Amino acid sequence: MVKVENEMTKEIALLVAKWKDKEGNLIMILHELQNYYGYVPRPAALELSRALGTPLARIYEVITFYNFFKLEPPGKNIISLCLGTACYLKGAAILLNEIKNLLNVEEGHTTKDGLFQLDVVRCLGCCGLAPVVKINDKVYGKVEKSQIMGILSEYNENKADQ
Amino acid sequence: MVRAKINNMPVTVDEGTSILDAAKQVQVKIPTLCKHPDLPPGAGCGLCIVKIKGSPKMLRACCTPLEENMDIITHDPEIVSVRRTVLELILSNHPNDCLQCGRNNNCELQSLVADFGIREESFQKFLPDCVKDDSTRTIVLDPQKCIRCGRCVKVCQEMQNVWALSFLERGFSTRISPAGDIKLADSPCIRCGQCSNHCPTGAIVELDETAKVWDALRNEDKYCVVQIAPAVRVAIGEAFGYPIGTNLTKKLYALLRRLGFKAVFDTNFGADVTIMEEGSEFIQRFAHGKGSLPLITSCCPGWVDFMEKFHPDMIDHFSSCKSPHEIVGVLSKTYYAQKKNIDPKKIYMVSIMPCTAKKNEIIRGEEMYASGSQDVDVALTTRELARMIKQAGIDFVNLPDEEPDQMLGDYTGAGVIFGATGGVMEAALRTAYYLLNGKNMDKLELNSIRGLDGVKVAEVPINGHKIRVAVAHGLNHVEYVLDQIRQAEKNGRELPYHFIEVMACLGGCVGGGGQPYGVTDELRLKRAAGIYQDDQGKEKRCSHENPFVQQLYREFLGKPLGEKSEHLLHTHYRALPVYVK
Repeated sequence: MVKVENEMTKEIALLVAKWKDKEGNLIMILHELQNYYGYVPRPAALELSRALGTPLARIYEVITFYNFFKLEPPGKNIISLCLGTACYLKGAAILLNEIKNLLNVEEGHTTKDGLFQLDVVRCLGCCGLAPVVKINDKVYGKVEKSQIMGILSEYNENKADQ
Repeated sequence: MVRAKINNMPVTVDEGTSILDAAKQVQVKIPTLCKHPDLPPGAGCGLCIVKIKGSPKMLRACCTPLEENMDIITHDPEIVSVRRTVLELILSNHPNDCLQCGRNNNCELQSLVADFGIREESFQKFLPDCVKDDSTRTIVLDPQKCIRCGRCVKVCQEMQNVWALSFLERGFSTRISPAGDIKLADSPCIRCGQCSNHCPTGAIVELDETAKVWDALRNEDKYCVVQIAPAVRVAIGEAFGYPIGTNLTKKLYALLRRLGFKAVFDTNFGADVTIMEEGSEFIQRFAHGKGSLPLITSCCPGWVDFMEKFHPDMIDHFSSCKSPHEIVGVLSKTYYAQKKNIDPKKIYMVSIMPCTAKKNEIIRGEEMYASGSQDVDVALTTRELARMIKQAGIDFVNLPDEEPDQMLGDYTGAGVIFGATGGVMEAALRTAYYLLNGKNMDKLELNSIRGLDGVKVAEVPINGHKIRVAVAHGLNHVEYVLDQIRQAEKNGRELPYHFIEVMACLGGCVGGGGQPYGVTDELRLKRAAGIYQDDQGKEKRCSHENPFVQQLYREFLGKPLGEKSEHLLHTHYRALPVYVK
């Protein structure tokens, strides 16, 4: 762990050196961190706060203001549930609740076991299939509430196989 | 100068004056929930909207400067109706438990809703799920009552430079919280309580510990004793309709006896002892070269916490002397107990303080248990005392004057000025001068370190030496002074100062986080004036002249910085992590 943190310190020192004198550097550094880790880990944010002399509170204000930035590691499988107009009218909100209940996760967050990340999106461009749920690259159309359990279990089984 | 009209009345104001402030000139009050006189405008609440005559557009008076020839309307049916809607929208996200709220009867939102005569809920209620945070055991954050005005965030970030609170997320999800939704106790929070003093609602209040004190007072096994801080006496009157700054010391003594305390002491006595110790510490460092200069005062627990978290490189400069109320606390359970033949375990010490951080100070380290048990059992704020007085059914205004209990009660003028910024320094210099010269200064007042400038400096000639001092208050003013020291140390230059006083709150303790609400600079100055008047009227105005302090050293402590003093009256500091999590 110490080694990892040392690497993180070095990584951040490089980023800070690169962006130090440029305007809007905090957002640019956060972008790079998120690209590298997939999210902004708290130790990285703390280290950045030290290196940049920017209070952690300000860094978190920026991270939480923009949807793009994440504070949790991305899930292994990304669920994109569409709440666009067509999907919404076809009952996507019911599907959303079902997924939240089954996985005990809020939108924008990752399940405790890290298996699923639940994202809400607007229109995946296949409104004819509404309501649509996409998991990773696989699209499920005309989904009904009763099917959710089965769809999710496909990914649970994958895990068991490994 | 800018000439314009507000509600058809001519006004002339300095360039840059906001419409909100300009309106006060013609006795017009524009309502606002986010603008506070201490803070820059935030344009958060939307209540202060006004119109320019002939234009349908509405402007926010708090952040719009009055311009030449503007013709402003502050109140018409449309404006009032928009303001009413804004209030109704705020209420749709605000719980209705006013009766059980820490700000009941003292809430800016409640007052405005009453003024607007809002009798119904016009919008469906939506209350976010959130939990109260009382982890600091000093202030309680209840995010559900937050109206997102941003005052606490500005206070915490800009006035105090602490950055414990922040606005996380946006839109409906916006909330005040430390970074990463951790508990306040795990954040950089220094418990200064300025957020609670500036919050317009009950979203941040002091942790109410009056129940503990009532229990102790009713417990016959306890010998309850009490002390009041300098700044409390000039602020408590605000809760009872007195003019601001009225000094009610003697009424408070009478009151505290009526509440059931067996002995009534004064923190000002402890301040006199602090000066004996800290003054001697300064002489040791300044004249005898023992220990590092500059010496930095340590009686403000918010400042101590701040230093331990953000500036631990200054630890060697800190005075090891405890704060005055801790001194009275430990002496009550040792010296007083011995002299009066009372079992110290039965003594229950209550400190009435202008400060929320004192609630944390009393448990901050093992030295706070120097008497063998916790030296101060509970610290109440001025606001909590006001509630106790009202609950007890005591007609405070008509109480007679009384005197404090002897041994730990009588004080000099130097003790009382601790309550205002610059006071500790002034008191210390009065005694340092005496210790170096063998006589008192000709003129005791040091006007250059009084008042509300963020950083005040002075050069005091003593015995052929020139003592350079600096006084800072409001933590955003501290960095400048500390950087000057660091620069000098780094470059091997002569130190800019020998002695530095820091108070976390603007104005010093008179502007403390536990003081009555509605603080402004005008109010800080009036409270301070009450304190300086007390000093002026005292026969003895230097700590070393206090006969009870002399008796204390003669009969119990020995000498300042002696073995017993070191054990009972001194503490040490350690670097703390800014974030625990």
